[in-house]
Amino acid sequence: MFNSLRYCLRQCFVSLRRNFWLVVVTACIIAVSLAILGGFLLIAVNVNQIIANVESGVEIAAFLLDGADVADIGDRIIRLEGVEEVRFVSKDEGLVEFGKSLGDEELLAGLEGDANPLPDVFRIKAVSADIVPQLAEEIGAIEGVEFADYGEELVSRLLNLTGWLNTLFMGISVLLALGAVFLIVTTIRLSVIARQEEISIMKYLGASDAFIRFPFLLEGMIMGWLGTLASTMALGAVYNKIAAFLQQDALIFFLRPVTSPEKLVPIFIGLILLGTLMGGIGSTISIRRFLRV
Amino acid sequence: MIIFNNVTKIYPGSKIPAIRDLTTEITRGEFVFLVGPSGAGKSTFIKLLFREQLPTKGTIYFEGKNIARLTKGQLLRHRRQIGMVFQDFRLLKQKTVYENVAFALEVLGRSPRVIRQKVPDALAKVGLLGKEKSFPSELSGGEQQRVGVARALVKDPLIVLADEPTGNLDRENSRQLMDLFETINKEGTTVIIATHAWDLVDRMQKRVIALDKGRLVRDEKRGSYDV
Repeated sequence: MFNSLRYCLRQCFVSLRRNFWLVVVTACIIAVSLAILGGFLLIAVNVNQIIANVESGVEIAAFLLDGADVADIGDRIIRLEGVEEVRFVSKDEGLVEFGKSLGDEELLAGLEGDANPLPDVFRIKAVSADIVPQLAEEIGAIEGVEFADYGEELVSRLLNLTGWLNTLFMGISVLLALGAVFLIVTTIRLSVIARQEEISIMKYLGASDAFIRFPFLLEGMIMGWLGTLASTMALGAVYNKIAAFLQQDALIFFLRPVTSPEKLVPIFIGLILLGTLMGGIGSTISIRRFLRV
Repeated sequence: MIIFNNVTKIYPGSKIPAIRDLTTEITRGEFVFLVGPSGAGKSTFIKLLFREQLPTKGTIYFEGKNIARLTKGQLLRHRRQIGMVFQDFRLLKQKTVYENVAFALEVLGRSPRVIRQKVPDALAKVGLLGKEKSFPSELSGGEQQRVGVARALVKDPLIVLADEPTGNLDRENSRQLMDLFETINKEGTTVIIATHAWDLVDRMQKRVIALDKGRLVRDEKRGSYDV
């Protein structure tokens, strides 16, 4: 068993060396396709985090009717379950905020005082994102509150966008993976052709099918593995750079990139396994189609 | 040891049988020539025995087993008991003489220690000691065929099957090769040789099984090529 394994390993490396450039090209294609897949996965993880951040940062804005009892409403909101923080923004403060967000406060000149069209607003933070819809409903039902809004449209748009992006990414990745598998099939086929004579002799010498097939399987898996190793390393380096750059730039918190190893390591390990698996699948197809033993 | 029982072989796509209703028996330790014109069925006989082909009709027994009914593992064991020698030698050009012979043991998963021990023995038997590091292209046809024989012998086969082993050799080399087969046979290995080389057959005075158009036409204990 051990002797056979040693033989198979040697055969595999001889083959890899003989088809060196083909192996390099195949590994590169695998690297590119998996780098794209990995890139998409990283984007997806980050988008998901952004959504989570947006959701958790979601404030419920309770717009009050004119002349409502601000103190009483504030009191009732604070007593609701799941409320973490309540901030009152009077219509005057609201106007100032609005002006700032427009970047030109002059535009709103003349809207101060009684001409101010904005309502008084309570901005409420919930202890967790998932209770926001429920809480918003309860707040909306309080007397004197015209309506409570929590930007549900933004959240659903983001979710929509990520769903769409994920499908697109997956589609492109599957195509690239198929291309890579096809290349592995071709490379292994060339290996099989290069060793046709040897294989027929091996058969006459009484070698088992597994013994003849194993080096080719190993060759494909090593190609896949090399390709993914290259792609994960490149991807890791690029991602690190981007992440470091984004963090330096002191972005608003919800746009910060994912850097926690618990989320990133499984992606990279998954990519390496996937690449090796692709190599294995490619060589299995090739062995089944082109290796008559 | 080997029994062909009413064996017929028709290749797919062909209407004419390559072997037709053949019945014969070969006992352990025999030296047998298979003779006959091209297309007589000599190579098919060898392919059937190696179980590269299955008979269309009839049964072949090897060491008491119907070889059509071997499991995968049994088939491997069956083939490992047979040393094959080919007309075109079938040596690996990129391997040295030593590596070509060692290859037969490597594919069977033998340890390097066993290989180091057995390969020189086999090379000594065929008179090629000192040529271990040569490549096949550096050897004469006769020497290449002796490497082929050493490769067949190194795994201690019960039987050596040779298909036209002298087909690419001159008369002197052919004679030497036959002497080598005779020595191997004397040491107890069954030898079956398919050949056109009538002069060698006549000289050796061994059992001759003559085939023609797939039929057994003659079987003589100490035969010659022609009647």
